[in-house]
Amino acid sequence: MDIYVILLLDVINGASSLFLICLGLAIIFGMMKIINLAHGEFIMLGAYATVISANNGVNIWIAMLVVAPLFVGLVGLVIERCLIRFLYGRLVDSMLATWGLSLLIIGIVTTIFGNTIQGVPTPLGGFSIGAYRSSYYTLFLLLMAVLMMAAIYVVMRYTRLGLIARATMQNPGMANTLGVNPSTVYMGTFAAGAAVTGLAGGLLAPVSGITPVMGGAYVAKAFITVVGGGAAILSGTLSSASLFGALNQVGAYLTTPVFGEVIVFTAAIILIRLLPQGISGRFFKGNL
Amino acid sequence: MTQRLALFTQALAVVVAAVAIAIAPGMIEIFTLMQITLFASMAVLSLSLAFIWGFGGILSFGQTAFFGLGGYAYAVAAINFQDSTQAIMLAVIVPALFSAILGYFAFYGRISDVYLGVITLTVTLILFNVINSTSGDEYRIGEAMLGGFNGIPAVPTFNMPFDPESPLSPEQSWWATAGTLLLVYLGLRALLASPFGRVIVAVRENEVRASLLGYDPRVVKLMTFILGGAIAGLAGALYVNWGAFVGPTIFSLSLSAEIIIWITVGGLGTLLGPIIGCILIEYIVAGIGSQQTLNSNLVLGSVLVFFVLLIPKGIVPTIRDIATGLLARIGRGHGDATPATMPQTAGVK
Repeated sequence: MDIYVILLLDVINGASSLFLICLGLAIIFGMMKIINLAHGEFIMLGAYATVISANNGVNIWIAMLVVAPLFVGLVGLVIERCLIRFLYGRLVDSMLATWGLSLLIIGIVTTIFGNTIQGVPTPLGGFSIGAYRSSYYTLFLLLMAVLMMAAIYVVMRYTRLGLIARATMQNPGMANTLGVNPSTVYMGTFAAGAAVTGLAGGLLAPVSGITPVMGGAYVAKAFITVVGGGAAILSGTLSSASLFGALNQVGAYLTTPVFGEVIVFTAAIILIRLLPQGISGRFFKGNL
Repeated sequence: MTQRLALFTQALAVVVAAVAIAIAPGMIEIFTLMQITLFASMAVLSLSLAFIWGFGGILSFGQTAFFGLGGYAYAVAAINFQDSTQAIMLAVIVPALFSAILGYFAFYGRISDVYLGVITLTVTLILFNVINSTSGDEYRIGEAMLGGFNGIPAVPTFNMPFDPESPLSPEQSWWATAGTLLLVYLGLRALLASPFGRVIVAVRENEVRASLLGYDPRVVKLMTFILGGAIAGLAGALYVNWGAFVGPTIFSLSLSAEIIIWITVGGLGTLLGPIIGCILIEYIVAGIGSQQTLNSNLVLGSVLVFFVLLIPKGIVPTIRDIATGLLARIGRGHGDATPATMPQTAGVK
């Protein structure tokens, strides 16, 4: 019995971390149609920002929840101004440039910090269920995923900022004639996506191995989840993150962690074959 | 007239290349010979992506998946058969089958180019993880231990066809590798000049129009993709023959990126450009490996960003455009009736 409770916690953990990892990518891809192949490196930068500030005496919560998103959001802003803004509408070129960017960021971080860095301990401690132990941090990740979801929904749906952002994505020319500068909106959206990604990196820093190349482990998962989810940022990402997160954990429980990933990937290919528009293209059309 | 001249120049270039390949071992040291053998096997890999991306319009970010599968298929088969002849065949067949399955899901699902890039990239990462986790006695195929992260050492190298007793010397290996490169290049050129090659390019240009003319873009793209996978697998066998070793890093993300960089630098939509880009970049990477101050990721990333932003066409097309422009200007300067738009020499690819 206890094992199933633990398995359920693992599934929740898998789905909520996957959701957090994907959210920034889904914002940038869903709203701006830019495939950011440096997404994994944004996560890595968030984790590094957290670890370095925490090791220098900053409170771990501030390091995770404030320093990481601010830093990566700023990096995103700079990258958008220097690189991405020249590539709107050139989808393939933007993929190539962001791939180059990802190598560049890995190279810079390796040059500055070397191949390894001291991690941070997982806060919040653990609890027992029967013979098994789990960590409160798992539940905290779930809480963060729910909070992020709610925050993005409220901002996009009920604020002026969200209205302007959605209008610009739907019809940049029309928004422009009504007095909105699309260039500014794109800049803000990219920075916001980067900040959300940085937050994910910060939240994952205590529970993952931190190296300059750690982004590679996340980027594939994040992409198949966003592609499987389809165009709707929240409902698409949520549904595919839950599906793939659950498949991954159950598959890993029944076989090995590596084959858990293989199962997820195979499921993703079949899903894309059946639903080329993603889950949200079929079931939640027009949702956020 | 221009067409014939172009054809003659190219035939001459091929003869020069063949002669250069033949006499190279006598002219240079063995270390350099080994290095250019490696470059030649990489260049075959670059041709596989140059073909499917530049002419088929299929952006595969995971050409290393087929390269690696070819390498592993070769290694496993060579250890089991102790004869490279069947092993090379398997190194072509296994990746071709794999690309057929993957391509079926991708093209018959009608997913967009961008998603295909993402999927192929993911396949490569998954293969890397899977192969990485195969350490231990239970992961063996016949005599061959997969060896997980450590890879498969001491893979038998190429021998004379059906004669396991006579392995190739480094010189013969060079001839085999560079000869394969030349043959693959010529084969692709012949294919692209054939009616089927024109259909491939037509599908790249406009899928809807091609299907209205009666061609099924899905079949055409699948064929192109399979051929690309087969060539990449062959390159994998050549690569393993060079080092007598294969490990999971053959599937690594950085190698996938390097292939994309070769083609972006050399020039998309050409066959010669990617070969030049490959040799140039690999030469630089080898140079970086021998010193400590600069990180290879840093350099490769900068090169890719630089080319995408400033020279998006790549080296060969840019030089070709400049040369064509100069020729046109000279033509006008002499008061000839040359039209401003030079007839595109279909050959210069």
